[in-house]
Amino acid sequence: MKKYSKDLFKIIGYSNKDLDVMVRPNVSYWQDAWRRLKKNKVAMVSMVLLIIIIIMSIIGPMIASVNYQTQNYDLLDKNPMAKHWFGTDNLGRDLFGRLWMGARVSLRIGFIGTLIELLVGCVYGGICGYFGGVVDTILMRIVEVIVSVPYLIVVILLLLVLPKGEGTIIIALCITGWTGIARLIRGQVMQLKESDYVLAAKALGASPTRIIAKHLIPNTIGIILVYMSMDIPAFIFDEAFLSFLGLGIQSPKTSWGALIFDGQSQMMFHPHEFIFPAIAISVTMLAFNLLGDGLRDALDPKLRQ
Amino acid sequence: MSKLLEVKNLRVSYHTYAGEVQSVRGIDFEVNEGETLAIVGESGCGKTVTAKSLMRLIQIPPGEIKEGSEILYKGKDILKMNQEQLRHFRGAEISMIFQDPMTSLNPTMTIGKQIAESLIIHRNMKKKEAMNEAIKMLKLVNIPNAERRVKQYPHEFSGGMRQRAMIAIALACIPKILVADEPTTALDVTIQAQIMDLIKDLQDKLGTAVVLITHDLGVVADVADRIQVMYAGKIIERGNTDEMFYNPKHPYTWALLQSVPRLETGHKDSLYSIKGTPPDLVKPPIGCPFAPRCDYAMEICKQEMPEATIITESHQALCWLQHPNAPKVEVPFGIGGEN
Amino acid sequence: MAKYILKRIGYMIITLWVVATITFVLINAIPGDPISASAGKVLDKKVAAEIMKKYKLDQPEYVRYGTYISDLVHGDMGMSIHYPGQKVNDIIAKEFPVSLRLALQAVTIGIVFGIVLGIIAAFKRNTWVDYTVIFIALIGVCVPGFVLAILLQYGLGAKFGLKIAGWSAKSLFDIYRYSLLPSIALAMAGLASNARFMRTSVLEVINQDYVLTAKSKGVGKVSLVWKHIIRNAILPVVTMIGPRIAYVITGSLVVESIFSVPGLGRELVSAISNRDYTVVMSLTVFFAFLYIVSLLIVDIVYVLVDPRIKLTQRKG
Repeated sequence: MKKYSKDLFKIIGYSNKDLDVMVRPNVSYWQDAWRRLKKNKVAMVSMVLLIIIIIMSIIGPMIASVNYQTQNYDLLDKNPMAKHWFGTDNLGRDLFGRLWMGARVSLRIGFIGTLIELLVGCVYGGICGYFGGVVDTILMRIVEVIVSVPYLIVVILLLLVLPKGEGTIIIALCITGWTGIARLIRGQVMQLKESDYVLAAKALGASPTRIIAKHLIPNTIGIILVYMSMDIPAFIFDEAFLSFLGLGIQSPKTSWGALIFDGQSQMMFHPHEFIFPAIAISVTMLAFNLLGDGLRDALDPKLRQ
Repeated sequence: MSKLLEVKNLRVSYHTYAGEVQSVRGIDFEVNEGETLAIVGESGCGKTVTAKSLMRLIQIPPGEIKEGSEILYKGKDILKMNQEQLRHFRGAEISMIFQDPMTSLNPTMTIGKQIAESLIIHRNMKKKEAMNEAIKMLKLVNIPNAERRVKQYPHEFSGGMRQRAMIAIALACIPKILVADEPTTALDVTIQAQIMDLIKDLQDKLGTAVVLITHDLGVVADVADRIQVMYAGKIIERGNTDEMFYNPKHPYTWALLQSVPRLETGHKDSLYSIKGTPPDLVKPPIGCPFAPRCDYAMEICKQEMPEATIITESHQALCWLQHPNAPKVEVPFGIGGEN
Repeated sequence: MAKYILKRIGYMIITLWVVATITFVLINAIPGDPISASAGKVLDKKVAAEIMKKYKLDQPEYVRYGTYISDLVHGDMGMSIHYPGQKVNDIIAKEFPVSLRLALQAVTIGIVFGIVLGIIAAFKRNTWVDYTVIFIALIGVCVPGFVLAILLQYGLGAKFGLKIAGWSAKSLFDIYRYSLLPSIALAMAGLASNARFMRTSVLEVINQDYVLTAKSKGVGKVSLVWKHIIRNAILPVVTMIGPRIAYVITGSLVVESIFSVPGLGRELVSAISNRDYTVVMSLTVFFAFLYIVSLLIVDIVYVLVDPRIKLTQRKG
């Protein structure tokens, strides 16, 4: 048997210092979410890509060689060249400038539309969730009827009736789209109303404002952010679709959808007129989707590390 | 009593973001025919990982059963079996019931079919025969209206009934060993008692050995023949039930015994709880893992892991207090209680 | 079950009525009357008078509305103005089967391939198989359907001279040959979405406790995958099929136009550009009808498949 000295065997017990050693540093929810997002390379690349696209949409038309509406009959349907980086279209207009002007329109529709939907949806859903009871039942029935109407049909009809343009498109797309976010918010509010920690907060005497600020908003912002990142590309897609039907942005103004529509007829011989806007839209939608996925993973409290 | 299961030098780690977590750090024990062995400890001590290892249900990766570990069932090493042999082994020789009966049952399959599944696989029964046997199993676990219940889905059963159904599924092929991983933790206290009685009853009828995993020493007293206490991946004390309750030697065991609420605890007394939390197993401490929380810790405890001291043939403890150089320490509370 | 279906049919009728009314209101809000608005057509005076009478265009609105609704209830969908004499009912009879075939093919491709790919990707997680499937799924979701359609049409069809562009209904083989590309174009978005969803669902189910229970019983790999994993993983995907139908319907507008498929989608698109409002109105209501009916079918299927759903429970 090994020999041990006697004084190794004096009882000393433990100190509180020993206990604290075992605890890992505390990280707030947002810090943790941001850290997780940063680790997700794909999402970060998407975010950077989107920022680049947004910047380009602002400066693109400015650095183009000519105004996007100028028609040059000497340079019809030209391939990419020194003066026109993306070539020209069938009316001799510079595609580079047009693409980024179109970007402005498409992105604006996406962002503004989403924001409007969010506002309406949040208020509506918040009221339903907070008051519950009869108010909730009536309001939700209305939502159900709205939802069962296939929305694109309403959109098309509206666009036939109202004058075409960016504003009309936004309104038409928003009219039925807000129901999604309304339901989400309503669900969140109801869940939080009943949740244990809100009850605990109330029991501790927290005021409603405090509860809303500290509990409701942080929990819903995550969902809202994810929803936004999925909704914006949906708007862009829908606008493109409508332009394809001839109901979208009219010449000389342009959007990505309109560009694709124009480019389609030139596919056989001048595919660049179609390819560039097609790539632009696809990449943007891809970036939004990947960022949305990344956000969803980063903000999911169950995956906290 | 013959030896059914022999675990030798079991070491299991999990590879995570934070590093390699050494969940089980070298344990040895055995399970004999028809006996009830209880493995007790806090969350994270490695008892569930041990239980899963017995059936090789550790997911690899991120888990890893280290080289040198051996789990011998009737002499054959489970860890070396191929998939085919493993399939015949699981469910037929050894089976498991889990903590949460709600999530442990397939929601889209009737209870009857889930019981019959084992029978069809292991006993080669035809569907009809298996269903009849399933009805018999349900009756065995005291579920009323067995004929009707057998066609129902898990969500139509209550919590206690689901756990009974799980037991029926596990025992359908009359395995030699039943591993019960915290079978009563998710249930009401009154149902807990019923389930434990049921397990004991079935054990007598079918002669199955039971490995009971739990963190609650109170549950163990009536049922167990032998008790092993685990902490931070090691078995720090083991013995038969009498020895563990009437002559415990390890301060951690004392702490566990003290935390069991007793009838005579006056309403003014506070409940006993052990201060601190279990150690980080990514960097396990070199000495005794319980030292940072131990009232009786000594300098030697921080420096070296104690060896097993043999107190009786069945009773062992891993504690420096057992060393002849250590001062004599009395068990700090009344022994036995109403057990 | 019967009570549930009846209730749903009741809702259906209400919704259709709402749609018909909205359509009527909006169309009638268009300035000018339908006849003169009909793009580029100068109608024979006699024909114009007939149409005037048929649609009671000289009558006040509520009378027209009444006629409209009663016509619809009787199944009379009206007449085209742009092509006078052509009844919408005939148009539907001729072109709906074409669209239906395309839609069914697309939905089948989308479901079968989508689910299978999703399952494979989940089981071969983080291998090149997985990455390929994810890549395909991303393409399907992010590249708009019509872009894909155009690429397919010009790429495979025109440029490479494969005889699969265009349309001919001469033989069954012809029908399949020409409907292949449009079906694929229509299916892509659904396929991508299903694959992604199924993959996530399978990955979630694999980690569930009941899969561990099944393993502990010694259940074989095939049985495990089929009875325990897929049976449960497929449920959420089935719920998503409903909304998918809407995409197929709207997608058909574009895909049929690009591939010159003589279906109802293309009909609606040309009616829109021709400002043939009666046709637009009627087809709109018809499409709404199709959409609502398919939602009902999908819901019934879901109830049959998931034992946990009780019929009185409606997901809010």
